[in-house]
Amino acid sequence: VLIATDVLERTLTSALRHGGDFAEVFAEDRAGSTARWDDGKVEELVTGRDRGAGVRVVRGDTTGFAHTADLSETGLAAAAEAAAAAARAGGGRARAVALDARPAAPVDPAAVLPESVSKADKVALLARADAAARATGPQIKQVGVTYADGRRRILVANSDGLLAADDQVRTRFSVSCVAAGDTGMQTAHEAPGRSMGFELFDEVDPDEVARTAATRAITLLSARPAPSGRLPVVLKRGAGGVLFHEACGHGLEADLVRKDASVFKGRVGTAVASPLVTLVDDGTYPDEWGTYRIDDEGQPARRNVLIEDGVLTDYMWDLVRARKEGRASSGNGRRETYQHLPMVRMTNTYLPAGDADPDAIIADTERGIYCVQLGGGQVNTATGDFVFGITEAYLIEGGRITEPIQQAQLIGNGPAALMLVDAVGNDFDTWTGTCGKNGQGVPVSSGQPTLRVAELTIGGTAS
Amino acid sequence: VRGELIDVARRVAGAARDGEQVEAYVVRSLDTEVEVFDGDLESLSVAGVEGVGVRVVTGRRQGYAWAGSLDASMVDETLRAARDNAEFGAPDEWFGLPTPEEAAGPAADLDLWRDDLPATPTDDKVRLALDLEAATRAADGRIRGVESAGYSDSALETAVASSVGVERTMRRTTCSAHAVALAGEGDETQTGYGFAAARAIDGLDVEAIPRDAALRSTRLLGARQPRSRRLPVVLDPLVTRSFLGLLAAAFDGEALLKGRSLFEGRDGEEIAAAGVTLVDDPTDARALGAAPHDSEGVPTRRVELVGAGVLRAFLHNTYTGRRSGAGSTGSAVRGFKSTPGVGVRALRLEPGELAHDEILRAAGDALYVQSVSGLHSGTNPVSGAFSVGAEGLMIRGGELAEPVREVTIASTLQRMLLDVVEVGADLTFLPGAVAGQTLLVADMTMSGR
Repeated sequence: VLIATDVLERTLTSALRHGGDFAEVFAEDRAGSTARWDDGKVEELVTGRDRGAGVRVVRGDTTGFAHTADLSETGLAAAAEAAAAAARAGGGRARAVALDARPAAPVDPAAVLPESVSKADKVALLARADAAARATGPQIKQVGVTYADGRRRILVANSDGLLAADDQVRTRFSVSCVAAGDTGMQTAHEAPGRSMGFELFDEVDPDEVARTAATRAITLLSARPAPSGRLPVVLKRGAGGVLFHEACGHGLEADLVRKDASVFKGRVGTAVASPLVTLVDDGTYPDEWGTYRIDDEGQPARRNVLIEDGVLTDYMWDLVRARKEGRASSGNGRRETYQHLPMVRMTNTYLPAGDADPDAIIADTERGIYCVQLGGGQVNTATGDFVFGITEAYLIEGGRITEPIQQAQLIGNGPAALMLVDAVGNDFDTWTGTCGKNGQGVPVSSGQPTLRVAELTIGGTAS
Repeated sequence: VRGELIDVARRVAGAARDGEQVEAYVVRSLDTEVEVFDGDLESLSVAGVEGVGVRVVTGRRQGYAWAGSLDASMVDETLRAARDNAEFGAPDEWFGLPTPEEAAGPAADLDLWRDDLPATPTDDKVRLALDLEAATRAADGRIRGVESAGYSDSALETAVASSVGVERTMRRTTCSAHAVALAGEGDETQTGYGFAAARAIDGLDVEAIPRDAALRSTRLLGARQPRSRRLPVVLDPLVTRSFLGLLAAAFDGEALLKGRSLFEGRDGEEIAAAGVTLVDDPTDARALGAAPHDSEGVPTRRVELVGAGVLRAFLHNTYTGRRSGAGSTGSAVRGFKSTPGVGVRALRLEPGELAHDEILRAAGDALYVQSVSGLHSGTNPVSGAFSVGAEGLMIRGGELAEPVREVTIASTLQRMLLDVVEVGADLTFLPGAVAGQTLLVADMTMSGR
């Protein structure tokens, strides 16, 4: 228990002392460790601890926010006062807040909590991965390995009487390799992560992660320049979920829709994608990187169908936006830390598997690009224009995967690209990433079966 | 208040045991952030952030831990954790804190703090943002909305103290304001960004923001995807800034030591066109990232990385400076949550002769790149190859012509430096660690239809 219930009640009551529609206390206690290997040795083991609370007061369309690292009643009272003043709650009437105590969510009993694992065991993973990467080929000149874990305990109380808590554990393991050859140097990485503890390594083999990254870097040494212009693009299972995250996910966030900053505004109930496209955002997906029990406004995570058979069914919502529209939150209110205001964010965003045989999709493509790994992407939600980097890709020639191509950017327009999905495979995989919005980064995943977009622009240098 | 921070740092450093070096880096900032929407205050955040990072070097091993609090018990726990963490790092003969001799020398006397910024009433900051939004909406008849408009500021104080006798404090204020205009009717929307940054509100060029946001959004209306081809490109100062930011990694002494720099082994060679002189100069108070000393307490200095096209130097912190033999250049950068890395604070190209319009005329027929996207996902920092999304306008006969969208531009960072034809005289200091100006580059591949 980060803060006693009676202290929370008094803080919320004080936050609404000058009026206001809604007040909330979000408290967080996070601890984490990061072990880094580079240049053939353990470079560092760093541990950190962050603890504090954010108080917000909403009045009409205005939100006042203040945060403090001081979780005492005095510290919280000062934050509540600052948030109330910021919301300029002049006209309203004060009211007292009483909380409905709910049991705090227990952490998964199967979890091997990061603090129960010795630092030596964490560090030992690093050397192992380095050896496995270097054994992949003599071209590997440099190996960086990072093990990172974090445990985040949150407590949310609001003036609707809600009191909820969660205990979130995440672990990630990443390997980056530099390969050198006659053609210069190339770099590649692989970085799986899950919402779980050290038991991650029951399902993720550090050696395998290292070999994947090393093989990718070596492959890039023989890659030829990527083509330039419009081509069909086949995305391998798991590689391309980020396309949908960028091409339409952000545009379905209710805060951007309200600001007229989304090409999907006013499109609910209409066809926005090929009938082959169903898109789901699912915060309950077991153990995935973007999974939680409650969001950072205390609302239960949900599985939300955003697009069904090409038709837009709903946007994603946070609590404050949903309250204004008289509907329920979709459990998508998230914040990076207690120092940030929550906003609408994705969790695990994916296209469920379809019917096509992945090999047949490739065989059916005369000339195109086969993407195995994508880097990050970016979208302008107001125009729908997006980009994302390809970090491992091959040419498809005559229905067969042929030569590797160098890294390049793919560019397209969200609504147009969604209509151009013309084949969806029966396989599936996910990808782990960090999503940035207005300067806040949160863990997300994306997923998809092998699929084809009939045409995207690839920004290579070859004709 | 200033005394308190150094007291926290001293208390930690003073706890060093025999044979142990301890350094504490303490940070406190007071931040205000205002967002407005549709004529109303949307959100106002007022908050203080503080934290401490503790580095322990013992028997050639280094340990690090941090806490987002200056609460005495959490600070003590952080020191204990740093000591414990040192057990697990590999020994390295070059680990160590800067000695008082290494950190000696006059730090630049920079005027980076304005008392009137933290003293400005919050109401004034809210009014500035509201006025800015209204002015953006009114700047052009084709603007149908403002996606976001706001103001933010920060008053930052840092202190570093070590058991070997280095002590430094620093404080600086910065503020900025921005607006994103939505232009267009019917199906078409284009966005454009305007912003300003300064040490205090009276230094903000708030009139430029609506003007820039309106110009940048409206001039893209009607944009189409052009045909793929190779052509010269002119980069907007903001875009030049972004590319220089990527290039900074190639001058990082740590990347050099680890075989990840594009310019390893190229000292004294021509790596850029003769008109290119690239410097990192944190002693120039015009740069918003200026600082008298780095985050290990070593004085900053002007470092010429590229002089008239020739590779002159790399940047170093104490560790990379000792290991490479080059010595620290006062380039340690960090937040309190990490060990000191190496980085730029005030990177810029020395300005050339030509104004913005003269560069357009010199370009003749070219692509004007107003903004880029996917810069990090589209660049390989080790090979230097890049392919990034772009929008802007074609340049025909030396004048801006029709707008273009959904294109990428591709080349390598190495080629781009050699292909620089003109560096603009319009050096613009921007938020962050890099400044920009208009830049004409002879050749890139544009992908479109």
